[in-house]
Amino acid sequence: MSTEQETQLTATRYRRYVYVWLSLIVLTSLTVSVARLHLTHYAILIAILIATTKAGIVVTFFMHLKNEPLILKLMLFVALLAFTLIALLTFSDVWYR
Amino acid sequence: MEKTETVHAVHARDIEGAKMGMWVFLFTEMLLFGGLFLLYSVYRSKYTADFHRSAAELDIVLGTMNTVILLTSSLTMVLSISALRKGHRGLSSLFQGMTILLAIIFLVNKYFEWSAHIHQGIYPDSPVLLAMKRGDIIFFSLYFVMTGIHGLHVLIGAGVIAGTLVFTTQGKLGPDNFVMLENTGLYWHFVDIIWIYLFPLFYLIV
Repeated sequence: MSTEQETQLTATRYRRYVYVWLSLIVLTSLTVSVARLHLTHYAILIAILIATTKAGIVVTFFMHLKNEPLILKLMLFVALLAFTLIALLTFSDVWYR
Repeated sequence: MEKTETVHAVHARDIEGAKMGMWVFLFTEMLLFGGLFLLYSVYRSKYTADFHRSAAELDIVLGTMNTVILLTSSLTMVLSISALRKGHRGLSSLFQGMTILLAIIFLVNKYFEWSAHIHQGIYPDSPVLLAMKRGDIIFFSLYFVMTGIHGLHVLIGAGVIAGTLVFTTQGKLGPDNFVMLENTGLYWHFVDIIWIYLFPLFYLIV
C-alpha cells in the first residue's frame, strides 16, 4: 500500500468517527426536544431508550466492541444480564412489598 | 521468521488480556453506578411529583452543554488512539490534549452549577434542603452523590490521560505499544456513558 493510499484510509477512518459523533449529537438534541413535549408517562421510557441507543453506539464504535473477539462480547452480555437481574429483583421487591 | 511470528502472537494475546482486564474493571464500575441508578429508580417511582419539581431546578442548557462537551471529548479520545496506531504521535498528543481540555471545561461548568445550588442553600444536609419535602431531599442527595462520583471519575480520567500524553510525547507509547491509551479510552468512554444516562434522568425529567 502506498503512503498516499494509507493517508486516504486514515482520513476515512477519522471521518467515520466524526459521523458516529454526529449521530450522538443528533440523538442528544432529539432527547432534549422530546423532553420539551412533556409526554408525562412515556417521557422516561423514551429518554432511557434514546440514552441506551447512545450508549450502544459508544460501546460499538468508540470502545471498538465491533472488532473485539466473541468472548469479550459474551462477557459484556453476562455483566449486563447480571445487572438486569439485580434490577428486576429489586423492582419486584419494591412493587410487591 | 517463525520466532518473530511467535513473538507477535504473544504480543497480540497480551493486548487482548490487557483489554479484557480493563473491561472486567469497568463491569465493577457499572455495578457501582448501577446501584445508585437503582436507588434513583425506586425513589423516583415513590416520589414522582417531588422528583419532577426538583428536576426543574436544574439548568437544562448547562446540562446539554456538558453532554455535548463529553461526547466531543470521546471523539477526540478515539481519534488520538487511531492517530497513535498510525504512528502519528504529534497528532495523537494534540487529540489527547484536547480531551483533557474538554474534561476541564466540563468540570468548570459543574463547578458553576454546584456553586449556584450551594448559593441557594441547597447542598447535602443544609437547613434549606432539610426543610423541603422528603422526595426533594432524596432527589438532591442523589444528584450531588451521583454527579459528584461521576465528576470524580472525569477528574481521574483527565489525570490518566495527562499520563498517557506524557508517555506519548516521550515516545513510550506508539503504534506497537498503544494498549495503555486504548484502555484509558475505554475508561473515558465508560465515564461518557454514565453521563449519557445521568443527563436525561436528572435534567430532562420535568
